[in-house]
Amino acid sequence: MLEVTGLSKRFGGLAALDELWLEVAAGEIRGIIGPNGAGKTTLFNVISGTYRPTAGSIKFEGREIGGLGPSRIAELGVIRTFQRVALFGKYSVLENVMVGRHRHAREGLWGAIVGSGRRIEAANRDRAREIVDFIGLGAARDEPARNLPYGHQRALGVAIALAAEPRLLMLDEPVAGMNSAETLEMANLIRRIRERWGVTVLLVEHDMRTVMGLCEKITVLDFGKKLAEGAPREISENKDVIEAYLGADEFVA
Amino acid sequence: MGKALGLAALTAALCVAPFVVREYYVEILILLLINAILAVSYRLITTTGDWSLGHVVLMGVGAYATALIAKLLGWSFWASLPLAGFGAAAVGFVFVYPLLRTRGFGFFIGSFALAELLRLVWIKFHDPFGGPRGMIGIPPVSVGSYQFYDAIPYYFLTLAIVALSVWIMYRIDKAVLVGNVMKAVYMDEALAQSVGVNAPKYRTIAFTVGAFFAGIAGALLAHRLGAIDPHNFDINTMVYLIIWVVVGGTATFWGPLIGLVVMTAVFEATRPLLEWRPLLFGGILIAFLIFLPGGIESLLAKIPPLVERLRRPRLGRRTL
Repeated sequence: MLEVTGLSKRFGGLAALDELWLEVAAGEIRGIIGPNGAGKTTLFNVISGTYRPTAGSIKFEGREIGGLGPSRIAELGVIRTFQRVALFGKYSVLENVMVGRHRHAREGLWGAIVGSGRRIEAANRDRAREIVDFIGLGAARDEPARNLPYGHQRALGVAIALAAEPRLLMLDEPVAGMNSAETLEMANLIRRIRERWGVTVLLVEHDMRTVMGLCEKITVLDFGKKLAEGAPREISENKDVIEAYLGADEFVA
Repeated sequence: MGKALGLAALTAALCVAPFVVREYYVEILILLLINAILAVSYRLITTTGDWSLGHVVLMGVGAYATALIAKLLGWSFWASLPLAGFGAAAVGFVFVYPLLRTRGFGFFIGSFALAELLRLVWIKFHDPFGGPRGMIGIPPVSVGSYQFYDAIPYYFLTLAIVALSVWIMYRIDKAVLVGNVMKAVYMDEALAQSVGVNAPKYRTIAFTVGAFFAGIAGALLAHRLGAIDPHNFDINTMVYLIIWVVVGGTATFWGPLIGLVVMTAVFEATRPLLEWRPLLFGGILIAFLIFLPGGIESLLAKIPPLVERLRRPRLGRRTL
């Protein structure tokens, strides 16, 4: 589904990504891990169109997407979440998710003026409500997003991405800053999403327990290059990987 | 329910007003209505987070367009009005296209530069713009043999056009699938793009539609004044527009109109102050930016919860 070939991204003299090769099959849950500065978020940013690749190619479902703008890539079904809390703060939970459905619910100026989009809007609202309930935020449906506790805000971020009906869902550190209960909830959510919709998931995470438990295959990055790739068990026993992480907080298999 | 009542009352007031006030104030009201389109169209542009310093020049485009069409081509107002709008929209499109690469302050200054460039073209070229003296002798609006020359008929003509314009912009703002998307672009552009919202496209739409209605305002102005010159559309007027939106607030659709009405009233009331007025207005702008950046509408938004709290009996105190 996703084919990354010889991908490089340089910022001045610094190579954040250095001839990276990566292939993700449809329906996989793939983990991307690596020490800080390894290039994980840069990889996301290049795939999602925030940055242009310096060299190499990115093919999504056979189609070259390297260098396209972020909204164009999203339109093709590649939806990403953000490491930071990314929300439409003033809007309610439901309204946030409704914006997420933009790919499937749009209206031109004329439609807006004469009000012809009413039926699309109603269907849109229903679909958004389904997603809000699925995520588990049904009770807070009309609550302004900025009033939610942190864990719920992150879940909302995933809900917004889900509303876009992604074919490839890229989650950027979804459990960052969460306690163990919230982390478990999020991991379960991701599993349920894959079960229900068969979405392909690309996951960047530092929390090893989550990555090992969730992902079928893991790619390890270091200094912008691929260090290792394989099943969680192989990765946790890989000497190079352990060395790269030496000095980091924890590495629990 | 309350809204419909309020709107009915406002409509009634607007229809009766010109008959109960002196002619001078009818002219003020006409200007107020024209400025209303300007304020609302400006607010539409700020919805996507773009703050432009070129909006008044876009009004000028509409004014010059209608003046040129009426004087050189002799076409009726009913042709020149929409053409003024589309002309301003076209110029707006040309302005915003390079500005899409900028945000915030860069957009602000860039829009000022492009607008001022155009205004200097009007000043420089005597033919056909009339140079620094501008254009005079703009014919009044006519329907058949009737001419909208007097204040009161022109007031109602303006009211009708303004009402339609404001209604259209209200519909765009309220449309969940359009207005909400524009505001999403402002709130978090990266997030919006990540779900497929083409942010540059929506910024362009907001700017071009805003420009269109600025052009309409310009056409109405040109035919009322009968004469226009480049100084009508300079930075002074632009700053007044900024004052209206700051004083009123831009979070809601009605904010800028509140600011416009309040500041127009203050403007009239302080006429005796003569040359102290700009100082006063500058002071008001600064005061609002420091103490009430959300504008008057942010104060009004505090009223319903306040009323709620006053209605509830106080805790800890028993009444007999």
